Amino acid sequence: MKRIFKSSIGRKLAMALSGLFLIVFLLQHFIINFTSVIDPKIFNAFSHFMGNNPLVQFILQPILIAGVLFHFIMGFVLDWQNRKARPVKYVSFKGSSNSSLVSRNMIISGIVVLSFMALHFYDFWVPEMKYKYIDVLPENPDRYFEELVHKFEDPLRVGIYCISFIFLALHLVHGFASSFKSIGTNNKYAGIIKKISYYYGILIPLGFCFIAVYHYYSTI
Amino acid sequence: MKLFLKIWRQKDTKSKGSIVNYEIDGISPDMSFLEMMDVLNEKIILNGGDPVAFDHDCREGICGSCSMFINGEPHGPDRYVTTCQLHMRKFKDGDTIYIEPFRAKSFPVIKDLVVDRSSFDRIQQAGGYISVNTSGNPQDANAIPIEKESADKAFDAATCIGCGACVASCKNSSAMLFVSAKVSQFSYLPQGKVESTDRVLNMVKQMDEEGFGNCTNTGACHVECPKGISLDYITRMNSEYLKANIKK
Repeated sequence: MKRIFKSSIGRKLAMALSGLFLIVFLLQHFIINFTSVIDPKIFNAFSHFMGNNPLVQFILQPILIAGVLFHFIMGFVLDWQNRKARPVKYVSFKGSSNSSLVSRNMIISGIVVLSFMALHFYDFWVPEMKYKYIDVLPENPDRYFEELVHKFEDPLRVGIYCISFIFLALHLVHGFASSFKSIGTNNKYAGIIKKISYYYGILIPLGFCFIAVYHYYSTI
Repeated sequence: MKLFLKIWRQKDTKSKGSIVNYEIDGISPDMSFLEMMDVLNEKIILNGGDPVAFDHDCREGICGSCSMFINGEPHGPDRYVTTCQLHMRKFKDGDTIYIEPFRAKSFPVIKDLVVDRSSFDRIQQAGGYISVNTSGNPQDANAIPIEKESADKAFDAATCIGCGACVASCKNSSAMLFVSAKVSQFSYLPQGKVESTDRVLNMVKQMDEEGFGNCTNTGACHVECPKGISLDYITRMNSEYLKANIKK
């Protein structure tokens, strides 16, 4: 196993697996967030469960944070290695003639998503940790919906979130299908995986945009 | 046709190269790109200069020697051709053409447009073969039945001429398309299956040691490959490599 992760194929595998893990998490995150549009009570119930269940808090959350950190650090390491593999750059390089802009700029879309995550943590995770572990306030199972809506009262924040979701979509459209190639999925499924990749990569970030915009308009 | 050429000139591996401008006139659209380079070199020699060094051999798209990066693409703007098969009719009178060597740390420039692609040879030597005992009574390969689909896929992989366009076009300088083709041309066939585990492990190890970049599945290699080698071989090699690691 040590040999796998020392090889370039192994590093790709690690990148793919951590990416697929985050893709699954994103779907779960979207489903819970979407309940805020349907019924605040359902959203509060889900959020209360996620925020207080010991399995989620002390096992799944650290695994998620580790997965996020690993994916980003590995992405930077691979990009640095790739840049080193061509020390003298081309004077004329026409990447657009043979590959998509999205596939060539995963590091840029990744950096935007990373910056967004810093804002997202500042918006939701940091206050949550302060509420529970620093201020040690009594748990109120009905507070989550109000906290969510409050954040989306600011049009600048809604705009930043929507732009970030566009970059997330660009990252997912290539990353989703590419992950399956990296783990060596049978080529007969390549067509269907590419289709799912497009639908997932566009619909989920679009859904997140919708949630942010919906709550903004619901408050004005 | 009159053309303005911007050609990478580099004295040797250690020297720092740069783009040098040339003007050339009277180029026929029916000439191949290499013939245009021949005309340019004759002109340079007549003027007492040092001709532009470039690789070429068969001039019929088989050997994979010609390795120029033309206007931002390996082997130029045409598809499924090598530089020797590229015709000047693909350009217009008055065009400016950038001509550079294939660039990668693993393909050091020897001189001008000539690069050292022996890294590919070393990868091939690490496992791109089958061990056959020729001293006794070898079995005729034609006597072994092989299903059509596998034979076709092995043959498609074997069309790789090892030109290095995959590395040159890849933004990461990855050699995955070349290595996956060389691995697959054997592993699809019964003769190659015997050593498939060692082969994929050794060839990937050598590829990494040569300093090629990591594949990010952009697909540029497939588009620029003169033989149109499919990206499917990369996916297949990923799977083969992971299975080989579990086995051994």
